[in-house]
Amino acid sequence: MSFLNTIEEFEGFDFQGHFNAVTDQDVRAALSKERLTQKDFLALLSERAAPHLETMASKARKLTLQHFGRTMGLYAPIYISDFCSNHCIYCGFNSTNSFKRSKLTLAEVDTEARLLSETGIRHVILLTGEAPAKTPLDYLEESVRVMRKYFSSVSLEIFPMDEAEYGVLNKAGADSLTVYQETYDRDIYKQVHLAGKKRDYEWRLLAPERGARAGFRSVNIGALYGLGQICQEAFYSGLHARFLEHHYPNVEVGLSIPRMRKAEGAIDPRNILDDLRFVQFMTAFRLFLPKVGISISTREAPEFRDKLVHLGITRLSAGCKTDVGGYAKETDTDTAQFQISDERSVDQVVAMIRNNGYQPVFKDWDRI
Amino acid sequence: METSDKLILGKREFSSRLLTGTGKFASNELIPPMLEASGSEIITVALRRIDQGAGDDNILKHIPKQTTLLPNTSGARTAEEAVRIARIARQAGCGDFIKIEVITDMRYLMPDNQETLKATQILVQEGFIVLPYVMPDLTLSYRLQDAGAAAVMPLGSPIGSNQGILTRPIIELIIDSIEIPVIVDAGIGKPSQAAEAMEMGADAVLVNTAIATSEDPVTAGAAFSMAVKAGRMAYRTEMGPESIQANASSPLTGFLRG
Repeated sequence: MSFLNTIEEFEGFDFQGHFNAVTDQDVRAALSKERLTQKDFLALLSERAAPHLETMASKARKLTLQHFGRTMGLYAPIYISDFCSNHCIYCGFNSTNSFKRSKLTLAEVDTEARLLSETGIRHVILLTGEAPAKTPLDYLEESVRVMRKYFSSVSLEIFPMDEAEYGVLNKAGADSLTVYQETYDRDIYKQVHLAGKKRDYEWRLLAPERGARAGFRSVNIGALYGLGQICQEAFYSGLHARFLEHHYPNVEVGLSIPRMRKAEGAIDPRNILDDLRFVQFMTAFRLFLPKVGISISTREAPEFRDKLVHLGITRLSAGCKTDVGGYAKETDTDTAQFQISDERSVDQVVAMIRNNGYQPVFKDWDRI
Repeated sequence: METSDKLILGKREFSSRLLTGTGKFASNELIPPMLEASGSEIITVALRRIDQGAGDDNILKHIPKQTTLLPNTSGARTAEEAVRIARIARQAGCGDFIKIEVITDMRYLMPDNQETLKATQILVQEGFIVLPYVMPDLTLSYRLQDAGAAAVMPLGSPIGSNQGILTRPIIELIIDSIEIPVIVDAGIGKPSQAAEAMEMGADAVLVNTAIATSEDPVTAGAAFSMAVKAGRMAYRTEMGPESIQANASSPLTGFLRG
């Protein structure tokens, strides 16, 4: 039993027909429940739910306060390599893009980690492109060890691995894993991943489960909005999170709602998720999955992120650089994976969180 | 009725029967005034949240010296991890008290009673004052008592759920049966529910979410303090049992005295 069974169960399901048939009564029924079914979740994702946005937001806020309190976790990424053998047509790191690629030496990883930790950040995400020849397991393992010296939590956002490899990195000190499916739609998945190991839809889809079995205490998933049909992507993301909750009860499940940003040498986003639907989906996720952490990256604009603090998110990134070695140099945005939108410093984001009546939390985990 | 009414944990005496927590506050600066308003003398803090190098962000800096720190093992998935966290807490200067939380269900945060018992057995041997957080279970409570736990902390309902004492029938059996203090922990969402636990004969309650996430945590702390005191006084006065009808005097056996 894996999430693939759920994907197969919905193959051929007429999403558009279903969404068109949702009634106002269906939405009201979903809003009156404490435990939502798949059908309720679909109703809240549909356009029919849009007039109920304020009610959804108010419920989402209440649930988030209850389960996570008046706190906001903080994190930031370190990109250790932008070598990549995949051809994902929406990504600035794709293999057909020619730019000077780089990979940090362990000494440089140390410098990046030290500089980032000096901003107060204690939870870090380690990122790479997919190029196992350039960034083999032992290099990743050593990088994790270096980062563990500076951070209380090290999360991985790297290419999918098998359970044993995940186990090695978990043992080295990485405690969390993020794998975004990008799109749950198999056809679109094939169209946007033209070359490389990433073409294998199922290998990626089941990576979070392999990670959970390998011992990661927290697993984060999500779709990249800007590729497939937005309601379907949100629906599958929600089911994926719920599947992981049900099958790996000792794992904290997290969800993100990344929206595609323009990157050098990549396609423009399609099926745009606008701000209104973004908030609708985020509150629908909260109502369907009250205990799931929701993080928002610096892909989003500062003024939008500030508003989201009250609506169900639990973690914000801050002071981020999305290029390799970015903390040690003046950022060259041409070679970043995507353009960041919120360029505020950690201190500025912290002040914003406090002004909103929340406590910024730098450390919420320790490897013992 | 005895005049002194202290809560005794390990060999320490406490006047307040309200334990509080440090999680979920909008700002750590609310903690000292909340402690003062609530009279709480014991506050629990997750070791994983402590960052000694963090200056003002270090949660310990906001806890007054006279308050007893009850570090907890939040984040532990096994007895072994709980034991390691307890040892680290003691080395970090957090004292000998430890609240054991071993949780393997991230959705409802249900405690793992088996692992909790194992951790209790080990930590008592190492001289800790052990307060295990458990799913209410009478047999387990006897075993924890045998193991040397300083109290048992059965949950009223899931952490943060504010649903009150849903496990009341089992907690009543535990209160009726074991000698060590029973501290109702988790699920208490309103002062009236805290009072209910105390009226039942619980020795203390632990309240965090309801105080920390209220619009005014300081006033909420004061309200819980009053409720805990009222409930305790009511329990000690042995208020008459409830009855739905007036008791006629010996309708069946009165003739014997006739």
